[in-house]
Amino acid sequence: MLREYNIAGFGGQGILYLGQVLAYAGLLSGKQTTWIPSYGPEMRGGTANCMVVISDDKVRSPLVYNPNVALIFNKPSLEKFGADIMPNGKALLLSDLIDGELDRDDIEIFKIPAKTIAEEMGSAMSANMVMLGALLTIDPVFDYSQIEAAVKKVTPSHRQHLIEINLNAVKKGIEYAEQMINGGYKEQEG
Amino acid sequence: MEKTMMKGNEAIGEAALRAGCRYYFGYPITPQNELLEHMANNLPKHDGVFLQSESELAGASMLYGVAATGKRVMTSSSSPGISLMQETISYLASAELPALIVNITRGGPGLGRITPAQSDYFQAVKGGGHGDYNLIVFAPASVQEMMDLTMLAFELGDKYRTPTMILGDGIIGQMMESVTLAEPVEIKQKKPWTVGRRKDRDYRNLVISAPFTNEEMVELNVRLQEKYREIEANEQRVECYRMDDAEFAIVAFGIVSRLSLAAVDSMRNKGYRVGLIRPITLWPFPEKAFASYPQVKGYLTVEMNEGQMVEDVRLAVNGAVPVHFYGRGGGFTPAPKQIEEKVAGIMEGGDLA
Repeated sequence: MLREYNIAGFGGQGILYLGQVLAYAGLLSGKQTTWIPSYGPEMRGGTANCMVVISDDKVRSPLVYNPNVALIFNKPSLEKFGADIMPNGKALLLSDLIDGELDRDDIEIFKIPAKTIAEEMGSAMSANMVMLGALLTIDPVFDYSQIEAAVKKVTPSHRQHLIEINLNAVKKGIEYAEQMINGGYKEQEG
Repeated sequence: MEKTMMKGNEAIGEAALRAGCRYYFGYPITPQNELLEHMANNLPKHDGVFLQSESELAGASMLYGVAATGKRVMTSSSSPGISLMQETISYLASAELPALIVNITRGGPGLGRITPAQSDYFQAVKGGGHGDYNLIVFAPASVQEMMDLTMLAFELGDKYRTPTMILGDGIIGQMMESVTLAEPVEIKQKKPWTVGRRKDRDYRNLVISAPFTNEEMVELNVRLQEKYREIEANEQRVECYRMDDAEFAIVAFGIVSRLSLAAVDSMRNKGYRVGLIRPITLWPFPEKAFASYPQVKGYLTVEMNEGQMVEDVRLAVNGAVPVHFYGRGGGFTPAPKQIEEKVAGIMEGGDLA
């Protein structure tokens, strides 16, 4: 098993946190994992992306050039990374903030209105966790209990009150993606 | 032992604590601040001393002071900060004081950028400061090695009474990776050579960086060189990957070796007989490994600089086969695909004798 992820958006969207949750879920399921941040100097508003590798074997390159799975949180990131996704890979797009299309017919594209879903549950900051939930359904490498344990591990001590909110957002993401797939709605380009 | 996720910089700090290091002196600089923060957060809990010095120069001198008492001590910085420490590192080598210096390299020269680089190779392995001396230099390629080689650096520093260095880069320093925590070490034995008066001896010992006579200065140099030959004989460390039937080999250290591993695997799948030699110690350079593979018809050294380790590879190969170079300074990171193209170009281009 080998998964190479690229998670990209701007600072403040919880990109790096989402990547860490994924990496920890990998660790807790006995895999080898790496996580690399890459972000601009701004805490909020600058570009942010991180690369996560989860593997049965020792991770070769921790730098991800052609991800199996890309989680794209804004339009500039789509323009920057859209072409790099591995053929037969998957792209999850935060559709609230991306009005453009990804012109690829060799990958599966899933549009998730994660921001709207998060706002509906009263926690606009949790769009990243909605995306993570959708990922769990679309590419079921981990089960919910592993993600739950990872969220608890990664959340710093002064943010413990967010654990429940974040886990609820994960569940919303799972539900949305399940409906999307079971309801026959799957946005596929080309 | 417990398995967790950690940044490379934190793993160095955690290993230092587990190796019994209770003294850290340093001045902040990206991309190694997580290490400094780890020590600031944790040394007070271990009754240790964390001190942010007024400059790298001062920090290095504090290192000398603590090392003379026999306690385990360390500092860390990035390229320009390490340059500022060079005078005192030379003094440490001359006084035969163990201390760990960590350089999470920036892309220089000058102030440089925080982008990862390996352009301090020469400074690390050829002495760095003035005079005839060497540091034992380790090049970790994973967060696990950041931890394990830090433990080893303290051990070998004490064993040979010599300063040691971890040479990393911003990628290894700031990436998180699964890591098994090292067993804590308990240091019981008192070093016989510590400075000052002691109840177990009847004289006041001096720890000085320069003897008082010319003859003693020559003797010191002879002794240091004997020690360095012993280290060269005993402490070369290297990883050889898919080398047994390789007709061509990549040589790379640190993060570049990981990217090269990916290139080797990909090329093997296409039928190229390629291997990788990864120096784990940069000094002593693992030259013995090269003699083990006489069937190799050529080498490509890949570095994030303008060509530094390639000189040591050429010395090790000693003209037997061509040694090529691929790299760039200032923050360039070679993609596995680029390495692959370069190797394929050499192997197919008839450059092999």
